[in-house]
Amino acid sequence: MVIQESDNAAKKTKFQGLPREMIAMRVSREISDGMYVNLGIGIPTLVSDWIEGKDIALQAEIGMLKTGPIAYDENVNQDLINASCQPICELNGASYFDIVESFAMIRGGHIDIAVMGALQVNARGDYAGWLNPSRGMSVGNIGGSMDLCAGAKKLYIAMEHTTPKNELKIVNELSYPSTAAGKVNMIFTDLAVLEITPWGLLIKEIVAGLTLEDVQSVTEPKLIVSPDLKEIEF
Amino acid sequence: MDKVVSSVDEAIADIQDGAMIAIPGFFTCGVPRELLNALIRRGVKDLTLACGCGPLVGANDECTQLVNNGQIKKVIDSYGLSRSASKGMQDTFELAVRDGKIELEVFPMGTLAEKYRAGGAGIPAFYTPTGVGTVVEDCVVSSIKTKREKKETKVINGQKYILEYALRPDFAFIHAAVGDREGNLKYAKTARNFNHVMATAAKVTIAEIENLVEAGELPPDDVQTPGVYVHKVVKVPRPTFSIGIK
Repeated sequence: MVIQESDNAAKKTKFQGLPREMIAMRVSREISDGMYVNLGIGIPTLVSDWIEGKDIALQAEIGMLKTGPIAYDENVNQDLINASCQPICELNGASYFDIVESFAMIRGGHIDIAVMGALQVNARGDYAGWLNPSRGMSVGNIGGSMDLCAGAKKLYIAMEHTTPKNELKIVNELSYPSTAAGKVNMIFTDLAVLEITPWGLLIKEIVAGLTLEDVQSVTEPKLIVSPDLKEIEF
Repeated sequence: MDKVVSSVDEAIADIQDGAMIAIPGFFTCGVPRELLNALIRRGVKDLTLACGCGPLVGANDECTQLVNNGQIKKVIDSYGLSRSASKGMQDTFELAVRDGKIELEVFPMGTLAEKYRAGGAGIPAFYTPTGVGTVVEDCVVSSIKTKREKKETKVINGQKYILEYALRPDFAFIHAAVGDREGNLKYAKTARNFNHVMATAAKVTIAEIENLVEAGELPPDDVQTPGVYVHKVVKVPRPTFSIGIK
C-alpha cells in the first residue's frame, strides 16, 4: 500500500470532475436487485434516475415503499409526495404506512443502503450534513438523517469532493456538528470512489484525467491506495 | 358514540393559553389546515406546537399568522426551518426563533415518532441508537445557552443508546381522508405520516375529515386509527394547496 502525504498548506487547484448526474450513476452501480434503498436530498435523489430495470424498492421516510418517478400535471396528487416534498407516482407493489412503522424499518436494520449528501466526512466514517454553522443557529433540520445512519446496513455518501469555493469536505476532523459517528462505508464524489476501512481512507477509483496526487491535494486525510486502483467506470 | 361537532371552531373551543398541541403533516402533506385556521381565529397564546416533519414549513401562511399573532411559545420538530438559509432569513418563523421569541427544539424524526408512540402507549421513556455520538446526546434547542442538558445514555450489549422521554400533548389536530361518526379514521397515501401516532399520543384528539360517513360505511378492515383515540370529528372541505417547499 502506498501512503500519500497530504500538503494542506499548498494552494489547491479546483479540479473539474464528474457532473452530479454521473456521481449518481456511479452510486447506482452499487445497488443490486432485491435491495431496499433510501435516498437523501441532493445528489442522492438523482440516483433514482439510474435504477430503471432494476428490481429494487425505494423507501421514503414519510411512509412509503416503492416510490415511483416524479409526477406531473394530471398525475399530481397532493396526498402523495416523497421526503423532499415532490409529487411522485406509486409503482406496482408499493405500500403506505405510518411514520412509526417507517422509522421502525429504518432503525430496525431493514433498509439495505442509505445514500446521503454531506457537508464534511472524515476517514473514521463520521459525517456532518444537518447543520451548517454559517447559518448562525444552534438548531437545524435533522429530519430522518440520523435514524437512517443508525439503522441502514450500508451508508454511502454522494457529494462533490470540495465546496464550490474549493474548501475541503473530506477532512481529518469535522468542524460542523456530526450527523453520525463511524457509520459511513463509502464516499462517491466527482473525483473519486473511496472506502472507509479500519486502516483509513482507501481510494479505489479515480476520475479519468486526474492523478492520485491531484485527488490527495483536495483530500485532507492521507489516502491509502487500493492495489486495484482504477478509473471510475460506469 | 357520535363525536361529530358542527365546526372546527366549536371543536377547539376548549383550548386554553399554554396548551401543547400536536400538529401532524409532512411539509404540505396531511396537515390539519382548517384546525390551524381555527386556532388562529381563537387567538390563544403561549402554545407549544409539537410537530413531526415541517408542517409549519408546508403550511407557511398559517404559521406566519400564528407567529405574527404572538401565539407560539415553542415548536418541537425534526425539520422546522426552511431548507435554504437565505430563504430562512426572510421567513417570519425563523426570524422569531433567531430573535428568541419562539423556542425551537429539534429531534431526529424517528426519535420524535417514537416519543409520540410511547406517549400513546403508556411507555414513559425508551432507549434509541439514533444520534449517538452527535449533539443529540445533549439537546438541540434554540435556547441552548440556558437549556443545555445532557441526556442519559446506557450501554446495552456493547452499544450506546440515548434515553428519550415520551411526549403526551394536550391536544392533537388530525387530518383524515375518511372518518365515521365514531371517530374511526382512514388516511390517504403519504398523508398518513404523523397523523395516526399523534392521535394516540394526545389527551384530546380532534380530527378534521374530508369525507365524513356513517358508522358502518368505513369497512372495519380499512380503519387505520380506531375511534378510541379520537374525541371529536368535524367535516372539512378537501384542502387545495401547492406542493413543494422553499
